[in-house]
Amino acid sequence: MTSKPPELASTSTVWHWLKRNLFDSWLSSLFTLVCLWVVLYAGWQVLDWLFVKAEWAIVQQNFSRLLVGRYPPQQYWRLWVVLALILGLGGGLTWYGIKAKQKPISVFTLTLYLLPVSFLLVLWLIGGGLGLPIVNNNLWNGLLLTLLLASVSIFLAFPLGVLLALGRKSELPILRGFATAYIEIMRGLPLIGILFMAQVMLPLVLPGEWRLDRLLRAIAGLVLFNAAYLAENVRGGLQSIPKGQVEAAKALGLNVPLTLALVVLPQALRTVTPAIVGQFISLFKDTSLLSLFALLELTGMTRSILAQPQFFGRYAEAYVFIGLLYWIFCFTMSQLSRRLERS
Amino acid sequence: MTSRSARSTPSTSRVALWRDARFWQWAGQGLAVAVVGLILFLLWSNLTRNLQRLGLEPGFDFLKFQAGFGIGETPIAYQPTYSYWRALFVGLVNSLRVIVFGIGLATAVGLAAGIARLSRNWLLRQLAMVYVEILRNTPLLLQLFFWYFAVFLSLPKEGEINLAGISISNAGITLPGGLQLSPEFSALLLGLTFYTGTFIAEIVRAGIQSVPRGQSEAARSLGLKPALVLWLVILPQALRSIVPPLGNQYLNLAKNSSLALAVGYPDLYAIASTTYNQTGRAVEVMILIMSSYLLISLVISLLLNFYNRSVQLVER
Repeated sequence: MTSKPPELASTSTVWHWLKRNLFDSWLSSLFTLVCLWVVLYAGWQVLDWLFVKAEWAIVQQNFSRLLVGRYPPQQYWRLWVVLALILGLGGGLTWYGIKAKQKPISVFTLTLYLLPVSFLLVLWLIGGGLGLPIVNNNLWNGLLLTLLLASVSIFLAFPLGVLLALGRKSELPILRGFATAYIEIMRGLPLIGILFMAQVMLPLVLPGEWRLDRLLRAIAGLVLFNAAYLAENVRGGLQSIPKGQVEAAKALGLNVPLTLALVVLPQALRTVTPAIVGQFISLFKDTSLLSLFALLELTGMTRSILAQPQFFGRYAEAYVFIGLLYWIFCFTMSQLSRRLERS
Repeated sequence: MTSRSARSTPSTSRVALWRDARFWQWAGQGLAVAVVGLILFLLWSNLTRNLQRLGLEPGFDFLKFQAGFGIGETPIAYQPTYSYWRALFVGLVNSLRVIVFGIGLATAVGLAAGIARLSRNWLLRQLAMVYVEILRNTPLLLQLFFWYFAVFLSLPKEGEINLAGISISNAGITLPGGLQLSPEFSALLLGLTFYTGTFIAEIVRAGIQSVPRGQSEAARSLGLKPALVLWLVILPQALRSIVPPLGNQYLNLAKNSSLALAVGYPDLYAIASTTYNQTGRAVEVMILIMSSYLLISLVISLLLNFYNRSVQLVER
């Protein structure tokens, strides 16, 4: 963190850097030697495994299944369009936020407007209907399903979370009681329990005619769970708004809903954006739990592939590969949120 | 004041009902109660109708029936002829076992990694960073699968790997003194430890950084050695900002222990799940799972609050 990159101007500075950062004291030197041994030994083992021992056939032969599952290949172009759309939108918004000279509306508001529209567009492209051939949702698997589950869930959990946070901060005792009870109970339970409830209990407490499929029940579970955590994040943002803001809005004659919508929430949500990204990261990782409920998202797909006899025992290869996929997404997002926090 | 009271007629000095904020507050609350009540009523009536259709009589009597399934690890006496009640209790003990050991080990790993991330030794710092960034950004479930299937089940037979009296094999871990840990328990414990350890490391790092620099400079100028500076001056002060988020991680570890199902360790959730599969009693099993985890969370929170009060600064 604090060390500056070594300047390789002359051997004396190299020596100086080594002495300061690696051989400062005898204890430090000992640590250095132990770490060096670990790095060399583990590095050698990992390289040996990666390039010699590991058999990557399981990944090579199932590459498209891991990414998009059983989505029909002749419809792949729709997924490419979706990808282009997301990249274009993300790039465009970033450019707008950093480079654009004139900003009639802020990036934040623009994102807020564009998100629901692009979201429906993406769902239509993937699912079909209205002129496009329909692709049944049991064919959306793999990484595609993981990404969809995570984004649909955070999208639906968000309004619920904001309402819960407002309820918890409310001056009305009964409202506050309901919101607090919901948030605390949800946060005290393991996600796997909530997902179990969503799979098993939802069909029991809904009218008999309502047939929610496995995917919708899973999303319901993720939404109910994440709304409680989002509510706590948003509450943190609400608490960071100085009282003067509300008082000023009141003095201007705004009523309570308008004060919230125009003054409090825009500021509160901006401050908690990094925390919300953090919540999205953990939601993204949590979707892997759905593999325990027979959903073929990235982890579930991998498990179903590992169950085939020709790939028996190739656990390490499969899990390392999808671990890398998960890691790329989570790491990118966490770096993004760190940058947001700094700006 | 005078002009306003002159305009309003003296008999109706009270404001109209719909302009009274208090009325709206009460109406809002009444509406909230009505909506929540209606939702609960609808859910309840659907539930009773659906249960009737399935022919299930609600009640916890089934817990006394014979469970009929074996459990891999039984820290207390258990046979398949014992009741569901007993089976679930075995699960609870198994859960508590992994939670207690997990919290202890994760704290040690997290503390070490957090301190290492701030070490003056460049190599140590980078290693700690690699550990934290890799394990924090991959799903715990995947790590558990990895520990169980790719590590423990792929290890050689017993007796081949022996480190300082600790034997590691596909039959689990054998500690000196003959303590035998099953591969399921070991995989779950290590998975939980190293995953939670990354989050604790970040908390410890932030906590140490929150202590003003002057504290360590003053301690060093008093002639304390670096290790003692950390132990006697920095850590006790860092604890104040470490303990509250640390508690959240303990709660997360306790909740995440329910992923035991993935590696076949018979914890509370796994046994409750088996009970549901055998009896079809969704509501009762759900209530049992929820109340036990809420209770575990509550106990951990209480203990932590107690400890938190003892480390916080007592101001004049």
